[in-house]
Amino acid sequence: MIRNALAAATRPALANARTATTLSAGFPKVAQRLPTKYGGVYTVTLIPGDGIGQEITDSVKEIFEYVNAPIEWEQYNVSGVSSAGEDLFKQALESLRRNRVGLKGILFTPISQSGHISWNVAMRQQLDIYASVVLCKSLPGFPTRHNNVDFAIIRENTEGEYSGLEHQSYPGVVESLKVSTRAKAERISRFAFDFALKNNRKNVTCVHKANIMKLGDGLFLNTFRSVAEEYKSQGITANDMIVDNTSMQLVARPGQFDVMVMPNLYGAIVSNIGAALVGGPGIVPGCNIGRDYALFEPGCRHVAQDIMGTNKANPAAMILSATMMLRHLGLDNIANNIASSTFNVINAGKVRTADMGGSATTSEFTSEVIKNLQ
Amino acid sequence: MLAPRSLSSVAQGAFRRSQNVQALRQYASASPTAAFAGQKGSNGKYTVTLIPGDGIGPEISQSVKDIYTAAGVPIQWEEVDVTPVLKGGKTVIPDPAIHSVRKNTVALKGPLATPIGKGHVSLNLTLRRTFNLFANVRPCVSIKGYKTPYDDVDTVLIRENTEGEYSGIEHEVVDGVVQSIKLITWDASERVARYAFHYAQTQGRKRVTAVHKANIMKMSDGMFLSACREVAKEFPDIKYDEDLLDRVCLQVVQNPRPYSDRVMVMPNLYGDILSDMCAGLIGGLGLTPSGNIGRDASIFEAVHGSAPDIAGKGLANPTALLLSSLMMLRHMDLNDHAAKIEKATLATIAEGKTITGDLGGKSSTKEYTSAIISKL
Repeated sequence: MIRNALAAATRPALANARTATTLSAGFPKVAQRLPTKYGGVYTVTLIPGDGIGQEITDSVKEIFEYVNAPIEWEQYNVSGVSSAGEDLFKQALESLRRNRVGLKGILFTPISQSGHISWNVAMRQQLDIYASVVLCKSLPGFPTRHNNVDFAIIRENTEGEYSGLEHQSYPGVVESLKVSTRAKAERISRFAFDFALKNNRKNVTCVHKANIMKLGDGLFLNTFRSVAEEYKSQGITANDMIVDNTSMQLVARPGQFDVMVMPNLYGAIVSNIGAALVGGPGIVPGCNIGRDYALFEPGCRHVAQDIMGTNKANPAAMILSATMMLRHLGLDNIANNIASSTFNVINAGKVRTADMGGSATTSEFTSEVIKNLQ
Repeated sequence: MLAPRSLSSVAQGAFRRSQNVQALRQYASASPTAAFAGQKGSNGKYTVTLIPGDGIGPEISQSVKDIYTAAGVPIQWEEVDVTPVLKGGKTVIPDPAIHSVRKNTVALKGPLATPIGKGHVSLNLTLRRTFNLFANVRPCVSIKGYKTPYDDVDTVLIRENTEGEYSGIEHEVVDGVVQSIKLITWDASERVARYAFHYAQTQGRKRVTAVHKANIMKMSDGMFLSACREVAKEFPDIKYDEDLLDRVCLQVVQNPRPYSDRVMVMPNLYGDILSDMCAGLIGGLGLTPSGNIGRDASIFEAVHGSAPDIAGKGLANPTALLLSSLMMLRHMDLNDHAAKIEKATLATIAEGKTITGDLGGKSSTKEYTSAIISKL
């Protein structure tokens, strides 16, 4: 019962241009067991994360409470700042396995070699939530350097450069393995085309570096091409572009992209460029979807420790991610209400956080959203 | 469940590395900053190898030569052909070209067309290997007169050019499972870091930022960072900091201005992507210069394609090659000449009367060239 996860959230003002869309047919259905639900109330795992996570999830909780959303949170204040949080992290992961649906901020990952591995990545790999979906769309009422940006980034989330396999074969010589498999390339390509089909999008672009990594990215590209064949009759076109050219085209002519599918690392780069085009990480929602689990988190994965605790963060990305979660649970009415209120506040332009050129605090933005609810 | 294997191997790696830093330093610290050491010939001029290249290459090279003659730059060109020849069953660059570059230690190169799918190793790659071109320098500056959504770009990016994701080491383990190896060595990292600091110092930039993804690739990017940190100690007057690839992508595209005070240094793939992204900010590869700094020679080049569709028609835009040649002049410490030509070029573009078709004008390569010469 995965429904309408994204599109309606990001384009309420343009409802006539593209009707409320659904991801449902694109996703494999949850077959074995539905999300945990007792007496009509869903239990959802909440991991606020580090940095601004606490503030922006508080904002979501406040709004959900106001609209009386049938969501019961199972909150885990995991922190990646020290490895001491590992037990709690494991509990959170188990909670996710039980509830199947989660809302999450970003966990900090230490850079030092003695520090723990990225728990964000560990979570994606262990739950096999393989598809990251990030939608970058110009917001009405908030002009940036570019207009008419409207593309979806589908990123493979579980392998590639993020395999975590590294070794020092000789002092001063380190090898880091990028693992590419046909099975994972196929399922992400399929996901991208299904996404395009269900969301009435016309073209899917494969982003790669197969001219250099002839085997690894070559496998990804070839698999993409053979999957593309199956969608030809549906009228969905496919093309491919080398990742350096893609990033150049994105900042010069972003209007040419529709749906983009790519391996893991390029996804990190492209989603950040994409977020920058439409106004920053504070307004770009995202989700990670697998066969059994769905985890919703801001599309641009920044901890933002610099503004942590200052009540300055923009909660919009988290609020919109949460509305995607509501749609996923079939609670469309509440989702639409919250999403359109959020967009209306941004469009009105009176209450904006610092990243959007305003001076409002996180809590002021939240109250404004609540005030605008139907 | 939390992948204890990788945790422990990371810790081991850190331990091993700390033990070996001492031993490493001995053979790595002598890496060169690749400063130009050429001498003037008896006619008072430096000899520079010129590789005109394919397609529009000869036309834009001629334009550069004309401007240099008019500006009185003390350079004489030694033109060579790099069309691959067959030697011992392999296609290689002809010996005279290699000797010329090795002797002169500086070369200017037009675009080369790499034949696709004929089993050729790309010529650019061959040149890179032959002369140990370890650092790729890519400055991007907004050009007045050519409007893009960004008008305050002034970035410099230095990319490690010999290893990393482009090591070319790949294999298919079983059907449908491929491993590609990203290779990071202390030597190469230190070498490129040292050049970055050297470049910052000579070009008056106050800060070096290492761009990395060491939160994920803890050992490989981690070692790149350690090498940068070590080198940073030798340059106390240059500030050093580190930033995540994700953040840099985001922030440069949102607002490139803060990046005008620094030099960014990074491994191969990130540099490839970011340098083209920065080029996109100012309007594409037709306006961006590039320099490849090496141990044995340095090659400055236009990174755009050879544009066979307009070759020979006199329509090509020589700006990228001209700006690359100015980087070359600065590399050779001929700063005054570089400044003079740069001023004339930028003034011509800003004026907008005699610019080529790709910049929205109607002029030919020759007219554009003469306009620059008249402003010298």
